Amino acid sequence: MLVSVYRYNPETDREPYMQDVEVSLPEGKDLMVLDVLNLIKEKDQSLSYRRSCREGVCGSDGVNMNGKNGLACITPVSEVVSRGKLVVRPLPGLPVVRDLVVDMGVFYKQYQRIKPYLQNSTPAGGRERLQSPEDRAKLDGLYECILCACCSTSCPSFWWNPEKFVGPSGLLQAYRFLADTRDEATEERLADLDDPFSVFRCRGIMNCVSVCPKGLNPTKAIGHIRDMLLSRAT
Amino acid sequence: MVTNVLNYGRSGVADWVVQRFSALILAAYTVVMVIWLAVNGGELTFAQWQGFMGQTWVRIFTLLTVLALAGHAWIGLWTVATDYMKKGGVRVAFLGSVAISLFVYVVWGISILWGF
Repeated sequence: MLVSVYRYNPETDREPYMQDVEVSLPEGKDLMVLDVLNLIKEKDQSLSYRRSCREGVCGSDGVNMNGKNGLACITPVSEVVSRGKLVVRPLPGLPVVRDLVVDMGVFYKQYQRIKPYLQNSTPAGGRERLQSPEDRAKLDGLYECILCACCSTSCPSFWWNPEKFVGPSGLLQAYRFLADTRDEATEERLADLDDPFSVFRCRGIMNCVSVCPKGLNPTKAIGHIRDMLLSRAT
Repeated sequence: MVTNVLNYGRSGVADWVVQRFSALILAAYTVVMVIWLAVNGGELTFAQWQGFMGQTWVRIFTLLTVLALAGHAWIGLWTVATDYMKKGGVRVAFLGSVAISLFVYVVWGISILWGF
């Protein structure tokens, strides 16, 4: 199979280029894209990419495969390969450090900005803050995010304004704490989001929903935040 | 980096609400005009037009629509400009010309509606 990989080493290359590599796949076995990258790296040690758990939990190996973001470790080659060719590029919209490794700084900055931790100044009654099963269920579909950045880097609104638009991943996390009955900072959280960029740059393109490797729905969470902002303003 | 200085509302919710309400007004006006044209269609005379547009409710509705159009266009184009125009000077020049055009349209609209 022909694999085209994005290569860029800022120390030696003047500009990025696509490197075509012929990879022989084992018969009757559908490899994951990460396995293919490992096969290439066996021959060419200079290829750089992030990976860790190799089972879709750590969120390290988010890459763009034949135009669609996803985790290389849980994406079967057969699912993305087109006309016998696999094209692997770094996540779009972020600065490339080397080959498939991107600088996630601005992505983490937006995550940090939404204060991704429980804020509650009331002393807990007893040993812990209890929640009813119904209240706990409100966090389902929100807490599972692994911060792989597949969604935010597939979002045009994030491409154009990564410094000001929180992005689908950050907003999903923001809603995770807005929806948490144990959190007391709802008003401050909403006040921080009520500007024309942070939430409202979402134009409902829904690339985030289509690429999320965990099957989450950031657009729905953004809709809930918008509803909360709206009822706060009226 | 983009700043909010040219955004009159400075609130995302306000922009969002204005955009939706102005869209409803524009849609309602379009429906009224299409129905009126369908009913009175064919050969329209100047007297017919003036008779229709001269009614107070049509003047008020039209003025409301002109204002809604200006607000709608401003928010929409401000959003497009802050997405795609990365050079501050270019963006300010573009938004400045948009603002002046919209202002001219509003004043011109008032003069057409109430000036005769």
